[in-house]
Amino acid sequence: MLSNYLPILIFLIIGLLMGVVMLALGFILSPRRPDAEKQSPYECGFEAFEDARMQFDVRYYLVAILFIIFDLEIAFLFPWGVVLDQIGWAGFWAMMVFLGLLTVGFVYEWKKGALEWE
Amino acid sequence: MSIDNLSLLLPEIALLTLACATLMVDIFSNDPKHGPGYWLAQLTLLVTAVLVLVTYTGDSQYAMAGMFVSDAMSGLLKFAICIISLFALFYSREYLLRHDIIKGEYFVLGLFAVLGMLVMVSANNLLTVYLGLELLSLSLYAMVAIHRDSSSASEAAIKYFVLGAIASGMLLYGISILYGVTGSLELGAVAQVLEGQSDYPTLAIFGLVFVLIGVAFKLGAVPFHMWLPDVYQGAPTAVTLFIGSAPKLAAFAMAIRLLVDGLGPLLPDWQQMLMILAVLSMATGNLIAIAQTNIKRMLAYSTIAHIGFLLLGLVAGNAGGYAGAMFYVITYALMSMGGFAMIILLGRKGAEADQLDDFSGLAERSPWLAFLMLILMFSMAGIPPFLGFWAKWFVLREVIQAGFVWIALLAVAFAIVGAFYYLRVVKLMYFDEPREPDEPQCSTPLRTVLSVNGLSLLLLGLSPGLLMSLCMAAFSP
Amino acid sequence: MADYLTTLCLIVVLAPLTGSMLAGLFGSALGRAGAHWVTIIGVAIATLASALVFKAQVFDGAAVLNVNLYEWAALGGISFNIGFLVDSLTATMMLVVTFVSWMIHVYTIGYMHDDPGYQRFFSYISLFTFAMLMLIMANNFLQLFFGWEAVGLVSYLLIGFWFKRESAIFANMKAFLVNRVGDFGFLIGIAAILFYTGSLNYTTVFAVVPSLTGTTINVFGNADWSVLSFICIALFIGAMGKSAQVPLHVWLPDSMEGPTPISALIHAATMVTAGIFMVARMSPLFELSEAALTFILVIGATTALFMGLLGVVQHDIKRVIAYSTLSQLGYMTVALGASAYSAAIFHLVTHAFFKALLFLGAGSVIIALHHEQDMRRMGRLSRFMPFTWLTMLAGTLALVGFPGTSGFFSKDAIIEAVHLSELPGAGYAYFCVLAGVFITSLYSFRLLFLVFHGRDNVDSHAKGHLFESPPVVVLPLLILAVPSLLLGLVAIGPLLFGGYFADAIHVAPAHDVLARLGEDYHGVLGFMLHGLMTPPLWLAVAGFIVAWYCYQLRPELPGRIAAASGGLYRLLLNKYGFDDFNQAVFARGARGLGGLLWRIGDVRLIDGLIVNGSANSVRRFSGLIRHAQSGFLYHYAFAMIVGLVLLLALFVQDWPALLAQYGLMQPR
Repeated sequence: MLSNYLPILIFLIIGLLMGVVMLALGFILSPRRPDAEKQSPYECGFEAFEDARMQFDVRYYLVAILFIIFDLEIAFLFPWGVVLDQIGWAGFWAMMVFLGLLTVGFVYEWKKGALEWE
Repeated sequence: MSIDNLSLLLPEIALLTLACATLMVDIFSNDPKHGPGYWLAQLTLLVTAVLVLVTYTGDSQYAMAGMFVSDAMSGLLKFAICIISLFALFYSREYLLRHDIIKGEYFVLGLFAVLGMLVMVSANNLLTVYLGLELLSLSLYAMVAIHRDSSSASEAAIKYFVLGAIASGMLLYGISILYGVTGSLELGAVAQVLEGQSDYPTLAIFGLVFVLIGVAFKLGAVPFHMWLPDVYQGAPTAVTLFIGSAPKLAAFAMAIRLLVDGLGPLLPDWQQMLMILAVLSMATGNLIAIAQTNIKRMLAYSTIAHIGFLLLGLVAGNAGGYAGAMFYVITYALMSMGGFAMIILLGRKGAEADQLDDFSGLAERSPWLAFLMLILMFSMAGIPPFLGFWAKWFVLREVIQAGFVWIALLAVAFAIVGAFYYLRVVKLMYFDEPREPDEPQCSTPLRTVLSVNGLSLLLLGLSPGLLMSLCMAAFSP
Repeated sequence: MADYLTTLCLIVVLAPLTGSMLAGLFGSALGRAGAHWVTIIGVAIATLASALVFKAQVFDGAAVLNVNLYEWAALGGISFNIGFLVDSLTATMMLVVTFVSWMIHVYTIGYMHDDPGYQRFFSYISLFTFAMLMLIMANNFLQLFFGWEAVGLVSYLLIGFWFKRESAIFANMKAFLVNRVGDFGFLIGIAAILFYTGSLNYTTVFAVVPSLTGTTINVFGNADWSVLSFICIALFIGAMGKSAQVPLHVWLPDSMEGPTPISALIHAATMVTAGIFMVARMSPLFELSEAALTFILVIGATTALFMGLLGVVQHDIKRVIAYSTLSQLGYMTVALGASAYSAAIFHLVTHAFFKALLFLGAGSVIIALHHEQDMRRMGRLSRFMPFTWLTMLAGTLALVGFPGTSGFFSKDAIIEAVHLSELPGAGYAYFCVLAGVFITSLYSFRLLFLVFHGRDNVDSHAKGHLFESPPVVVLPLLILAVPSLLLGLVAIGPLLFGGYFADAIHVAPAHDVLARLGEDYHGVLGFMLHGLMTPPLWLAVAGFIVAWYCYQLRPELPGRIAAASGGLYRLLLNKYGFDDFNQAVFARGARGLGGLLWRIGDVRLIDGLIVNGSANSVRRFSGLIRHAQSGFLYHYAFAMIVGLVLLLALFVQDWPALLAQYGLMQPR
């Protein structure tokens, strides 16, 4: 039984090696010529003006959460599209119910003003 | 893929549809404060209750490829959940109006919580159990935090959420182990595999411990009870009332589904675990309740003690014991609801009546309310002829018949300790001077519903046979 | 037919209850007139329905009705039911209770006219009617006990009706406590029945008890008692409390603190006869124990004579009648002991009418004199109150057993039955009941002479307002006078000798004194002629003559006799010292014992050590573990983890095997 997990173990080890090797290669091989501009902190296009542990605007999270919901919806839709010919009408309607529920939620957040920044 | 026996899900489908409709109607209504949300929510519960009755057959039927079951127990529990939630939403509205924090979302969340409970009650698959549990829990977290400006409510919500997440994680881990051991997620199949093979008991017990913790957390059994006093006290009383009533029925159903239906072959093991949890709960709940001055917190500890008693019914390990536990949980829901409703009634905007002192001299201010509270307290203490007595009696009888005499004696001893703090409330009401002389203000509907609630404990207590036979029928093959 | 009867029975029970609830809960809304109307209509309906039940049972020969209406609870194979058993005995009692109660309801309108507790009073007496009906209609011991306690409760409430009077509170407490003693025996009897027969249903119990004749029970020491005697005596102790037999009689005279309608309804006509009824109802049981019957006979005889004697020295008009009630209850009890159950019930019925009449008459006098009860301040009232006088006279004639009146038949039947009884102690009982006749006549006529004739001692102030009572008071008197005088004539034949109670009362052939009496019975006239030749009548006449001589002709004589007799008079005045004895031994003793236990047991041991001690330690402990609830989230999560680890450690015992499954260890 345990042997079934061997591929996973190999996968884990290779994954780990890949990450380490890439970083290590970059560290070893890259040229290093620092100047003032290069050493200044870079943060999503902003100038770093505060401690990194500053407070974010809560709306930021809101948008992030909404994004995740619809992101996951897409992740759900792709496999569904692939096997739609096998799962038939039942599968089709199940997804419609799911999308319907999402729509209800969407209408709610729209109406509540969650999509407006100001 | 096929969807079979969809008609069994009629109550759930109706509830989901109407809950969505309620949300939409509420969001588009002009006056969300006194909008149609509440009335639609009550209508939804009523329709669901009727559909539960209509689809009730009494024998076990499966739907959704065995993920969903409808049997005698689910029928009775679903009906009880709908009716109790109906009361709970009524009380909630009175509270929210009084404290001016009414929101349509509250009722929609309530409906989704009820949907989660119904799914839990009818779950026949480890994942269905989890799905229902999460739907219920997430709704409850949000409900606790409904009053965003209250720091205590926010604190309670975050505690509830984090601890709930830990418990869910443990439950999920237990489920995954059980899946690993048995290769199935369907409860019947899990039981079959465990019955047939004795190769995996150790690992299965390992999984059982995690699953049991999930159940114990939801019920609030010691030592997984820590969230309960803080949440009960911190949450708005309306939410406390809601959490303390119908979800306990669902948690009971979850215990039956997981432990009896799924892990029945491991009965000797979980019986002992529950025994420990039950004794710890009764001891801790009753002892700490004595030291409380806040009545919401006192009722929270009393809940823990009641949960200990309820678990005793499961400890008995037979149909009679399960029926006793079911009787107990329904009784408990009625009593707890009445108790919190009384706190709601006595409170005013900006001032919750959640201190024991707020009950001083209630008999002088309003004899009828004091009498109702007396019924509630006597019933919780287990004094005949109120329903609470019969609940304790029923459970104890089954426990003794199962041969656990010492544990029954222990339970009685703790019940006597518990009687102290219930009777203290009665003493405060009847023998102490009122702090304020005027009669508590309340609307006639609130008074009436609370009277029905309180008197039901007396009337059902005078003829306990009715509810008892219903509970027995739910577990007779 | 059974359905029809069941419906009627339900109406009989529920009508007074409804009336009582309406008057009690909505009294202020209904007002005074409303309260008396709802209760009177309720009881009137009950009376009517009772009459229909009576007609069906007695004249139409309906089968005995025995139904369980509702199963209250079922525990361990024993079911507790609410049900009705209606046979000739029940039907008779129902009619008597509802009818007398109805009359008293009407009378109360006049008597309580100015009382502030008017609605409360009506609510109580209707509630009493309900409880009494539940008692007599029961088909099982539990319901019997319910009714038994419920009538006791209402009696308590009514004795203390004027709860601002010290003496009323004392009296109701006394009644309550004394009845507790009796009820304790009663409860033990019921428990023994349940234990030995496994049922509380009359029919089942009566079917099982004959098989218990040989069984014995070890009560204490080496004494083996027959179970049946034990049960019967225990039950009878209950009856002694309720029906006020020596030595549990002490509460009844004091109960006169209650308003007079109550004295008439509860403490004369109905409630106090519950014990008599109960023994008659249990006749299949009592017939099996000669020891119990002898006990009953002796107790009854003692009560009949010695309580009557006390009536002679009383000055309070109601107390005289109260002692007379005690004495008459003694007669009924004697009849029970002699197995003449029918005679006991017959006397119960006639007594209910004439004693209610006497009490209501006394009440009429009392209102006319503005609540004056002392007979030394009355006299020559017959001029002012002719109706009261005439009806009181009728009641008195019935009480002393004037030939032709109802009391004559019932009392003579009892005396003859005792005469024929062969139980040990029957000789003593016969002497007591004979002497009792003389005493009865003496105190009855004493009362009549002192109140209505003799010397006029009414103070002049009261005399100005002296009128006959209003019609609502007089009417019940007149109506009650009819059965008091005439009921015996029509009822004696069928009731005692006609097998009227054949379906309800069971008498062993060896004890059946009434059957032997019946052999010589040749109609009403024959019975009356026979009565002329037996001692009771002449004893009664002697009593009348003595009373007439002492209180009409030579009114100063009684005082001289009293002074001359000294100790005897004081003994009677002190009621044989029962009250003083109880006060000194039981009351003070109990309080002394209680005080002792309180100081040592309660304050030191229980309060100090157990209650406060354990409470303190519980509080300390709970204060301690309370700190576990710190409010910190990570403490809570930690507690959960600890719980998890403990459960794992306790229950997953085979760790090596588990680790082996994960491949982390070699399987053993």
